[in-house]
Amino acid sequence: MKSKQQRQLFYLVPYGAWLLLFVIAPLVLLLFQSLTNANGGLTLHNYAVYFGSGTYLRMTFNSVWFAFLITLITLVISYPMAYLLNQLKQKQFWLLLVILPTWINLLLKTYAFIGLLSKTGTVNNFMSFFGIAPQQLLFSDWSFLLVAAYIEIPFMILPIFNSLAEIDPKLEQASRDLGANKWQTLRRVILPLSMPGVKAGIQAVFIPSLSLFMITRLIGGNRVITLGTAIEEHFLVTQNWQLGSTIGVILIVAMVVTMILTRDRVKKNTRK
Amino acid sequence: MKKAFKWSNLYLWFVFILLYLPIFFLIIYSFNAGDVMQGWDGFSLKHYAELFADTRIIEIVVNTFLIALLSSLLASILGTAGALYIYDQRNQLIKNIFLSLNNILLVSPDVIIGASFLILFTVVGFSLGFASVLLSHIAFSIPIVVLMVLPRLQEMNQSLVAAAKDLGANNWQMLSRVILPVISPGILAGFFMAFTYSLDDFAVTFFVTGNGFSTLSVEIYSRARQGVSLEINALSAMMFVVSLVLVLLYYVISTRSSKNKKRGTRLVTPATEGL
Repeated sequence: MKSKQQRQLFYLVPYGAWLLLFVIAPLVLLLFQSLTNANGGLTLHNYAVYFGSGTYLRMTFNSVWFAFLITLITLVISYPMAYLLNQLKQKQFWLLLVILPTWINLLLKTYAFIGLLSKTGTVNNFMSFFGIAPQQLLFSDWSFLLVAAYIEIPFMILPIFNSLAEIDPKLEQASRDLGANKWQTLRRVILPLSMPGVKAGIQAVFIPSLSLFMITRLIGGNRVITLGTAIEEHFLVTQNWQLGSTIGVILIVAMVVTMILTRDRVKKNTRK
Repeated sequence: MKKAFKWSNLYLWFVFILLYLPIFFLIIYSFNAGDVMQGWDGFSLKHYAELFADTRIIEIVVNTFLIALLSSLLASILGTAGALYIYDQRNQLIKNIFLSLNNILLVSPDVIIGASFLILFTVVGFSLGFASVLLSHIAFSIPIVVLMVLPRLQEMNQSLVAAAKDLGANNWQMLSRVILPVISPGILAGFFMAFTYSLDDFAVTFFVTGNGFSTLSVEIYSRARQGVSLEINALSAMMFVVSLVLVLLYYVISTRSSKNKKRGTRLVTPATEGL
């Protein structure tokens, strides 16, 4: 038994050190920072500023609203895509093709849209073909939504695809045998059974959408300010770490709420 | 029936084109003789020549890969130790606590990770640069390694370990001769994931990089803010090839090494890193 303890200790020391230093300590420090003023004294002043000012609350609401829109757009595009992918013969190969773009550096993909959407860019050239005058496409709410949704789509397709792939094909056949048409089977059988994937997808898209900051800067032209942008601004531009940490704590709370709302209920029931 | 089938194919094509259009757009324009991403002035490799003459970019590419390699190596070691600890832990409560703590960095938005690491480095008095970026990359890569290694441990045949013990193997022999060979596909998968996480990361690096040191993502960000330069396109074409090779390698490893077909091909994406 002594050898087991030795072994445990041997594993625990490096891993535990990581947990303490890079998981627990940073979060505690962030929380602590949000509760201090510039001189290091404990105060709730930052939270008072945050909740007392319409600007911050409006920014938060906006950020949540945009994250909601991004999630909705990606879900609407991804669900049929995941469903159709599942019907293909070489589905693992096609899935790989969906995932491949996520391995391309995010900044490069965003950069591509700067070229595509700029006033003299390809999209405007294409539209002038049909007699539409060049529009200001970049630095608008729409361009932000477009690029954010583009980047998030694979993260929505993957979990939905996985949950669809897990559905026993016999269930579908049974439903058809019992007289359900294609639409009824989809709505009553496939859709409910794929909900865990949808929830996982929402989680994987909504939380990052709240915190995106490079897209708001490069594509949104600072018109859209997300919680992430605000944190970056406070930490790296205005150097007001206390307030930045406060917004960080708000973001963590938003994240936890999202995770609780999209928690997999089925799993919880079976565990009981 | 036949008509509906065609519509579905159309939709598949539409989404695939949407997904790849920006990437191929970048790559095609890297061969443009002109200097902007519009019009077409003929084929040229001059932006590639510019890229290879740009010592700053070359240095940054080397740094980026160095960070990725070192951080994924160290994260693989630490993550494997973590997985072994969690696997060995018989107390269910402690096991669950460790698993939850492990996943915190995986679900946290990058901005939070970056900001809190920045506070940490500042409080400790650690100067920002290569070392702080490396430590941060190790830190956010460890949990993914743990998650890739744990299932392999759980699938491992317990009698192998018991037999080794019976035959008088000590802890180290058991680890190096029995356990590690069995779980090595998981470690390798974790290593690849960590590598791509590191290559792809922008937000965390942006917070902890300080002034002197830069990685590719951070450099592209600052250049993109100044406007379009087709040198970046040339760079992205080359990065695309690198990603392609990495994905293929990972795919081959994960399919070859797993008997369980379903798990083997279930790729984990570089999740939300970099967002």
